[in-house]
Amino acid sequence: MLTIKNLHVKLEDEDKQILKGVDLTVEAGKVHAIMGPNGSGKSTLSYVLSGRDGYEVTDGSATLEGEDLLEMEPEERAAAGLFLAFQYPVEIPGVGNMTFLRTAVNAQRKARGEDEISAGDFLKLVREKAKTLKIDAEMLKRPVNVGFSGGEKKRNEILQMAMLEPKMCILDETDSGLDVDAMKLVSDGVNALRDAGRGFLVITHYQRLLDHIKPDVVHIMADGRIVKTGGPELALEVEKNGYADILNEVA
Amino acid sequence: MAVAQQAKQDLTESRITALDLPQGGVWGNAARADALARLRAMGLPTRRDEYWKFTDPTSLTQVAAPRAALFEAKDEGPIFDGVDRLRVVFVDGVFDPEQSDDLSLSGVEIERLSDAMARDIHWAREFYGKLETAGQVPVVRPLAALNTAFAQDGIVIRATGKAEKPVSIIYLHRSENSDAILHHVVRVEEGAELTVLENGPAAARFNKCMEISVADRGTFHHLRAQGRDHERRAATHMFARLGEESVYKSFTLTVNGVLTRNEHVIELTGDDAIAHVAGAAMGDARTHPYHHDDTVFITHDAERCESRQVFKKVLRNGAEGVFQGKILVKPGAQKTDGYQISQALLLDEEASFQAKPELEIYADDVKCSHGSTTGAIDETALFYLRARGVPRETATDLLVLAFIDEAISEIEDERLANDIRVRLQMWLERRRRG
Ligand SMILES: Nc1ncnc2c1ncn2[C@@H]1O[C@H](COP(=O)(O)OP(=O)(O)OP(=O)(O)O)[C@@H](O)[C@H]1O
Ligand SMILES: [Mg+2]
Repeated sequence: MLTIKNLHVKLEDEDKQILKGVDLTVEAGKVHAIMGPNGSGKSTLSYVLSGRDGYEVTDGSATLEGEDLLEMEPEERAAAGLFLAFQYPVEIPGVGNMTFLRTAVNAQRKARGEDEISAGDFLKLVREKAKTLKIDAEMLKRPVNVGFSGGEKKRNEILQMAMLEPKMCILDETDSGLDVDAMKLVSDGVNALRDAGRGFLVITHYQRLLDHIKPDVVHIMADGRIVKTGGPELALEVEKNGYADILNEVA
Repeated sequence: MAVAQQAKQDLTESRITALDLPQGGVWGNAARADALARLRAMGLPTRRDEYWKFTDPTSLTQVAAPRAALFEAKDEGPIFDGVDRLRVVFVDGVFDPEQSDDLSLSGVEIERLSDAMARDIHWAREFYGKLETAGQVPVVRPLAALNTAFAQDGIVIRATGKAEKPVSIIYLHRSENSDAILHHVVRVEEGAELTVLENGPAAARFNKCMEISVADRGTFHHLRAQGRDHERRAATHMFARLGEESVYKSFTLTVNGVLTRNEHVIELTGDDAIAHVAGAAMGDARTHPYHHDDTVFITHDAERCESRQVFKKVLRNGAEGVFQGKILVKPGAQKTDGYQISQALLLDEEASFQAKPELEIYADDVKCSHGSTTGAIDETALFYLRARGVPRETATDLLVLAFIDEAISEIEDERLANDIRVRLQMWLERRRRG
């Protein structure tokens, strides 16, 4: 599904190398988790994959189902099936959540040569998905993320994911800021989307989330590289001992 | 200095000579003669005048109106079409009874200006040129004096009760060289309510003046969509005087236009009066120049009055925006609540915005604030939208509409506000198609 090879990334305006050769393959139907110390480059990886400005790829490649992601505009990547749940969802005053969702759904459909969704069908679908995430109608009416609590923002990200039904979902610390119940809601939302045709890359600091969203593979990222890859037990090891042992071991 | 003064005088005289002074009615002739004297005394504006520092008045003062091609928007119906209203149509600045509705409306008296002037005793006599004269201090507005002297046509509207429906003035532009001067007078009597709608490009060059007197507890709403003809020019003045507990709310949408200067001169003379003025301007100078100037002067001369100015501009490809806004609080105008915000969203490096916000306060117990910002599109928000699959252009449009909506939401009537929103969307879509 997602194949990243030897990806090197530096900041565009600064001589600062952030990703120093990332190799990673997420197969369809699998959930991969990335853990790693603060500042190791996890969010940078997610931004580079989704096409944010400010970074320069100096080497390597990233493809989604064989298509070169790095050549595409952000909106093309989204239409191709890539989705990033932001670590810090953006507030957009003046743009209603519903308008935003409908515009996004229809733009992606259009880009794929599909018909727009009817207003009625759209409304039905949003209401249904919002309900399972306990997002009330009033929140849907508000401007995108404006005045939302930290947890509400994260749930709103998952709502967008549920509406857009992407092939490859990247979740950047979606668990941060969530209370225990919301964690369960969000995990259920993610698990509901798990299927044979869809890949997940879950960035997190905590085992807690992985109790709910059981990963197939766990990667440890440090200083711009994947330094260790293993099964779910790797996350438990991090939870117990921190990163010191792992980092010493690979150093 | 003497040279500049002479040049101003020559400019003024050549403009006056080229115009015919309309005749008719005792008080009309007197008002015109007074206005002509005022105009001669102040002279037409030039770029050297402080008040015209950001807007070049040359094309507004020169003898002949610069040609302006007609613009036919075949793919969109006229604005306010769905609104039940009384239509008053002017074609290139001349009243057209054929296209207008019968000028009778419950709660309102409407007449053509010339008909009003033909009568020696008429309510409009107390107002024609009077608010304009008052508005010449402390800053002169020569184009308004010229208007009072030379207006070829116009209507006078007097609301005595709650107007049954809005009076909708429609300005059609049919000749590429038309030079229209229109003067309207509005009187809202005590406790009466009136809404005036205006739309259309009017002429190649349009000089319009509206004097609005709102008596105690009267309500006046004004909504305007200036014509989209790319090459048209307009200088408009709204002179308002507000009585006790009266309400004045005006909103203007401007898309396209080589040159637009909209002046609002509002005097709050009765306690507890409210004046809101808002404007949304969208300019893209890719195919034609675009220059839009909002100049507002609000005088608080009574207690506990509220004034509010909200102006938003979205500019790109070299489009130019200007805002000059002043709140003057006179001695004794205690508990004044004055607010003013002007903001420009510049979509590229070529677009420009100049703002001159001013407060002048001679009372000690007042609350006044003003702010002006110039900014670019929020790149973080733009990326967020694009990451959800919304193409760059559509995402930009969404952010533009969100920005401008703060001005549109000043419109009280939701239906009319939505009419404006739909217009903007259509304009953006057409722009995107190229
Ligand atoms: N635009 C930028 N300007 C300057 N430094 C940047 C920028 N983007 C990323 N960095 C730096 O790159 C490094 C990696 O940042 P990144 O946000 O990818 O880390 P992370 O692994 O997601 O950390 P965390 O776990 O704290 O979220 C950090 O040192 C960060 O300061
Ligand atoms: Mg991060």
